[in-house]
Amino acid sequence: MNYPDKNGKFGPYGGRFVPETIIPALDELAEAYASSKKDAKFHAELSSLLENYAGRPTPLYFAKNLSNKHRAKIYLKREDLLHTGAHKINNCLGQALIAKKMGKRRIIAETGAGQHGVASATVAALLGMECVVYMGTTDMERQAPNVLRMRLLGAEVRPVKTGTMTLKDAINEAIRDWITNIKTTHYLIGSAVGPHPYPVMVRDFQSVIGIETKKQIRKSEGRMPDYVLACVGGGSNSIGMFYPLLNEKSVRLIGVEAGGRGIGTKLHAATLSKGAPGVLHGSYSYLLQDKDGQVINTHSVSAGLDYPGVGPEHSYLKDTKRVKYATVTDDEALTAFGELTRTEGIIPALESSHAIAYIGKIAPKCGKNTVIIVCLSGRGDKDIAIINEKLKIEN
Amino acid sequence: MNFIDYFKKLKERREKALIPYFTALYPSKASFEKLAITAAESGADIIEIGLPFSDPLADGPVIQHSSQTALKNGFTIAKMFRSIAGLRVKTEIPFIIMTYLNPVLRYGANIFFTQCRKNGVNGMIIPDMIPEEDGPIRKEADKAGVAMIYLVAPTTPEKRMRLIASRTTGFIYAVSVTGVTGQRENIPAYLPAMVKKIRMVTDKPVCIGFGISTPEQAKAAVKYADGVIMGSAVVKITNPVVLKKFIKQVKSGIRITGSTQRYS
Repeated sequence: MNYPDKNGKFGPYGGRFVPETIIPALDELAEAYASSKKDAKFHAELSSLLENYAGRPTPLYFAKNLSNKHRAKIYLKREDLLHTGAHKINNCLGQALIAKKMGKRRIIAETGAGQHGVASATVAALLGMECVVYMGTTDMERQAPNVLRMRLLGAEVRPVKTGTMTLKDAINEAIRDWITNIKTTHYLIGSAVGPHPYPVMVRDFQSVIGIETKKQIRKSEGRMPDYVLACVGGGSNSIGMFYPLLNEKSVRLIGVEAGGRGIGTKLHAATLSKGAPGVLHGSYSYLLQDKDGQVINTHSVSAGLDYPGVGPEHSYLKDTKRVKYATVTDDEALTAFGELTRTEGIIPALESSHAIAYIGKIAPKCGKNTVIIVCLSGRGDKDIAIINEKLKIEN
Repeated sequence: MNFIDYFKKLKERREKALIPYFTALYPSKASFEKLAITAAESGADIIEIGLPFSDPLADGPVIQHSSQTALKNGFTIAKMFRSIAGLRVKTEIPFIIMTYLNPVLRYGANIFFTQCRKNGVNGMIIPDMIPEEDGPIRKEADKAGVAMIYLVAPTTPEKRMRLIASRTTGFIYAVSVTGVTGQRENIPAYLPAMVKKIRMVTDKPVCIGFGISTPEQAKAAVKYADGVIMGSAVVKITNPVVLKKFIKQVKSGIRITGSTQRYS
């Protein structure tokens, strides 16, 4: 791949659209990242942590019961089995090591579902750093177990009460904190969003997902899969899964966005499916916005997908048609949550449940030898309160 | 409208520029217009008009609140331009718009700057657009004759200062603090050195903003610069009588007094 270019552009997308105060810090980060990439000691340290602390490689599990049900060969990439319960730790370990190298003792993070906040708090505890996590109050309520986990890990969770009180506003507040404490602080962005070099750096740290998957499927099937599904909020688990597979032309890559109450309504978070290019949180990418360029309120049952923007590389992959982007509604995701829980004994995160739900949309077109891989990006323990509430409503 | 000449004339009159900021159509269309005109008549030299954006990440709580309120009250860019057109008939004071990049992009840079020219907007500040990323915007701004004002931060190294200064067609906006807009207890000690550094790379006017909220702070900050921008402190004032007094007080404090002032 010959992108991003030196300015962090994926075709027209990406770049650096942030206040001047931050620019020198981005230069410093880009330099530290470039030198880390060439540093054998850095790679050894990160690999060791990924293996012994986080629990990599994660299994590529053949889901027999689900396969029987859908009459296809379904594999799950078990990122939910990682330490802290989601893929977010892959990126947090990488960035925290770089922050340490830059001499930053304080890290800040944003979180929606709380998984990135927990992973950030975890690496901060491990490496002896101060950690502040910004989280919208709506999300603090619906992902309460993760708030408690972050606090137990020694992080300060700062409630964000502005705007929609979700992930978007948590990022606004984190950026404001960074502008203010730029000299001492590293902003540990959790998704493949933000100004250059974040989208490429986060993608690189998450690419371990796709690299392992390729090896594992070659071993078990002797070939590449037919379909690979992953959910897309900001798009970090999906880009980590897709990127190493982009050159495998026969593999159909599908990113699943949050359709909320349906993309015909105003209540969804389907940025790539329904948005138009614009600038939010430091990069040019698809964005849910009105005709005056004001960012539109989003809705998803899943806090991690409830975001009006998306990583710039996804915008590029949409335009070049290498990846297809589709949507799944709240209800479909909830059904898939229940289905995986009961058929395989695996409780998926509501985010990942969106990718699971899409199996049902492609399975009718598949034969029994069609190989489908789903990125199971996180576990669903954090969501049981929401599920319980939904079930109560339905009964 | 040439800002360089404008600042030269101010200097000849031994004055420095006072630039108050108003969030467009806040707290209401009528109040906004009344406040802007009051400021113009009370001694302000340039009026900065904030075009509200849903996600103002360089702004502190006061301007966040005023932006949200204006948006909730049905703010649109078209309404703002109509309001500015009305103000333009009443005053010749230069207007500059401050907003984030996305509203301009979405509205269409060509249409946006055409509207600026038609309605008498003279300059533009876009805090999330650095010179390296200004391509499509810059072309339209130049075509419409709207000055582009870029920001220099306390973290900006000298090499970038040169780039920013060379791209600027209005004045250099020196951000006085590492942080967002909003009041501070003190102006930072490094400010004189920072402005001096900017002066070494450019002859263009330099104005200071972010965190300047009292007449005393304005007086202290402007000692080294050609003007001062006051945002949050002004947005908080919604009574024209109070505003008039405030503007007069600040303006009288920032005149060039001694004969020892050094200018480039």
